[in-house]
Amino acid sequence: MRDNIYLTLLGIFAPLSFLTVGGGQSVIPEMHRQVVDVHGWISEAQFVADFAIARMAPGPGSLIVTLIGWQVAGLLGAVITTVSIFVPSSILVYGLARVWARHRGAPWQKAVEQGLAPIAAGLILAASLTLMRAATGGWLAVAVTLVATAIIVATEVSPLLLIGGGAAVFLLVHH
Amino acid sequence: MTDLAPPPNLRTLFLAFAKLGLTSFGGGLSGWMMQECVRRRRWVTEEEFLTGLALAQALPGVNVVNLPIWIGYRLAGGMGALVSALGVIVPPMLVVVVFAISYGWLQRYAATGIALQGAAAAAIGLSLSMGLRTARRQIVRIRSALVLLAVFAGVGLLQLPMIEVVGVMAPLSIGIAYWQVKR
Repeated sequence: MRDNIYLTLLGIFAPLSFLTVGGGQSVIPEMHRQVVDVHGWISEAQFVADFAIARMAPGPGSLIVTLIGWQVAGLLGAVITTVSIFVPSSILVYGLARVWARHRGAPWQKAVEQGLAPIAAGLILAASLTLMRAATGGWLAVAVTLVATAIIVATEVSPLLLIGGGAAVFLLVHH
Repeated sequence: MTDLAPPPNLRTLFLAFAKLGLTSFGGGLSGWMMQECVRRRRWVTEEEFLTGLALAQALPGVNVVNLPIWIGYRLAGGMGALVSALGVIVPPMLVVVVFAISYGWLQRYAATGIALQGAAAAAIGLSLSMGLRTARRQIVRIRSALVLLAVFAGVGLLQLPMIEVVGVMAPLSIGIAYWQVKR
């Protein structure tokens, strides 16, 4: 068992790559089933902690796979789960990007671009609303979000500064 | 295609996406990317970006990785796609491991959690402002305005599954756009 743990990880995570959509939260339940229930590699509490850490840290939330791989099979395990979850779906997008570049300027492509633009805009707004609903921090979080929005719309200030400012406001109010 | 900047070299591309990956807190990374790639650096047009975003959402894979691949390929071919994806994945991957190692210590200090909440709240503002900005440009046409409203109402207000909403609205919207282009 020990000698093919890497292959087992690959076998579990690579197919999940094609099932991730949007922010990658869609595969969390299946991941949980495999590593906690089926294989018993990590405990329920550890899984919940991993989820929290991946959400708290910057970058894609799906980096929870790195933590799982690392806890199950060390450094190589971390690399294998990360590669498994990102590479298969990435090859698909890459393929589409190539086809797209080859047909640049075709009428159908213009139609697809014009057709998809309002959908993307709607999705960005919907995502903002979902994030606001999920944000912890109550009225203060809503206030910080709205003020940050107004500042970005009105000025050219660096978003990094705003993010730091948001953190500072929270610290000031809570201490 | 108005006044786009020349495509960046691979190093700039990697660093740009590494910075985006490392500074995205609590989601909303696509708003950040739009600010950086369209508004600030003028690498791609807003319409190109939005196409990439919609496809990145609709295709399998994590959208915040799909989108850098799309933009990276458009700017610098296969290598561009590779370095952009690595930029957005690898540095945050190292950080997440550091966070995991220091988790016990971080938990002891309530301030960490509070600061991260504040950072996340401000980051949502970035996403919201980009949404408003694109919406303002889309609502000038009736088709775009209706599609935008339907998608927002379905995914945002009614919280319907995104894939199904896009699955219905995308063919409809593209079909009408095709008919308009042909005319």
